[in-house]
Amino acid sequence: MDDVAAEVIAIIAKKVPEGQKIELTDRLEDLGIDSFGAVEMIFDLEEKFDIQISYNSNDAKPEFETVGDVVNAIAKVVNGKS
Amino acid sequence: MADRVVVTGWGVVSSIGHTAASYWSNLARGVSGVADARIIPTDQLAQKIVAEVKNFDPRAHLDDRQVTMLDRVSQFAVVAAREAIAQSGLAFDEALSERTATIIGTGVGGQNTQDDNYKRLYRDNAKRLHPLTIPKLMVNAPASQVSMQCGLRGPCFAVASACASATHAIGLAFQMVRSGAATCAVTGGADACITFGTMKGWEAMRVMAPDACRPFSRDRKGLVLGEGAAVLVLESAEHARARSAEILGEVVGFGMSSDAYDLTSPDEGGMVRALTGALTDGGLAATDIQYVNAHGTGTMANDETETKAIKRTFGTHAAELAISSNKSMVGHALGAAGGLELVATLMAMREKTVPPTINYLGPDPACDLDYVPNEARPLEIDAALSNSFAFGGLNAVLAVRRWPGSARPTR
Repeated sequence: MDDVAAEVIAIIAKKVPEGQKIELTDRLEDLGIDSFGAVEMIFDLEEKFDIQISYNSNDAKPEFETVGDVVNAIAKVVNGKS
Repeated sequence: MADRVVVTGWGVVSSIGHTAASYWSNLARGVSGVADARIIPTDQLAQKIVAEVKNFDPRAHLDDRQVTMLDRVSQFAVVAAREAIAQSGLAFDEALSERTATIIGTGVGGQNTQDDNYKRLYRDNAKRLHPLTIPKLMVNAPASQVSMQCGLRGPCFAVASACASATHAIGLAFQMVRSGAATCAVTGGADACITFGTMKGWEAMRVMAPDACRPFSRDRKGLVLGEGAAVLVLESAEHARARSAEILGEVVGFGMSSDAYDLTSPDEGGMVRALTGALTDGGLAATDIQYVNAHGTGTMANDETETKAIKRTFGTHAAELAISSNKSMVGHALGAAGGLELVATLMAMREKTVPPTINYLGPDPACDLDYVPNEARPLEIDAALSNSFAFGGLNAVLAVRRWPGSARPTR
């Protein structure tokens, strides 16, 4: 697992019951992360990686459905940084 | 003995007009007050649009000393209060001034003072702050300034319940006048929350619309922050009749509740309890209501939950209601919102016209009631509700009725 994935999972792990296993295929909703939980998660990720992520919790289709979606989105922004 | 409570004055400072008359005229024409912010720099903001009170010159209303002493939020409150009192025709002698309550809601108080001064301190390394910093930013400053500027010596305090502040303030004022604890009340709400710090705080919640506020519409993207003030004069019907005052409408009921559930997510049950409470308090059946001035913030969660709550409260009559959100035009003015919306509700009754919900693109399956999309609509209204549902799970609903003879003759 690469660094970004490990960091994303570490941040998500703080928002779910201790000891819960987190897979890339897990849906955030199934992990108990509600819309405001997702907003907090994105804030933590932005702070961690010093990046900006465009995200509006009112978008009808969730951009980040699974843990893997979040990892891919973060990796894209992080790798795009020079 | 309980007395009926009537409205005899209103005053407004808003993004679409600095007087009640200009506010209404633009509201009824569906004019938007939303544009790129001008009073703050926008280069570091993800959302640059706001419903700003444009070209507000405090020196047109206050002398230099007062301009220095009053934060923008208190300036708005005083200007709106003066207009409301002037319209009511009330003259406050000593006895009446002591029997008049001043209750002004505000969500966040003197944010401009706080933002400016903290910037000086933290960024510019200022060694000292202006001595008026605290008395300008305190949350009761608008209420205190209205009391001082208008010479009102009865009960006076601020109400803070975020987006429901004005509705809670007016509700308490209504209860005081109804119970006889006060003869008159000058009440409403004010907020001047468009500062860099506040905008960044709202941006972090990821609920701000990038383009427009579209309550109840498909593809709505959230709220737009606004500012302003709305103040009403409430008066015992007996007192108003005795002086032959022009009566603009009647406040008949007030319902409030707390969700005790979540800080930011709306709760249908809490909304229903406030809606039902206002109807019961006002002696109204669901079928007596023709118009609901919705909280309608334009977020996915509020509009869907508010729709469910209206359906549960009104049953089959929900489909007969005209429902609209002023926030589509004046944004979310937080602590002022409930005041702006109650004035709009009373004016809709008086003018027999429902202001529209603008920026509406088409129905969302989760929002399937009549939101008076994009165009104002002529409607005879006998009774109406005005909804406010705040962060913190605090709900407040006011019920109003037409006062016989208060509507303008049909044209």
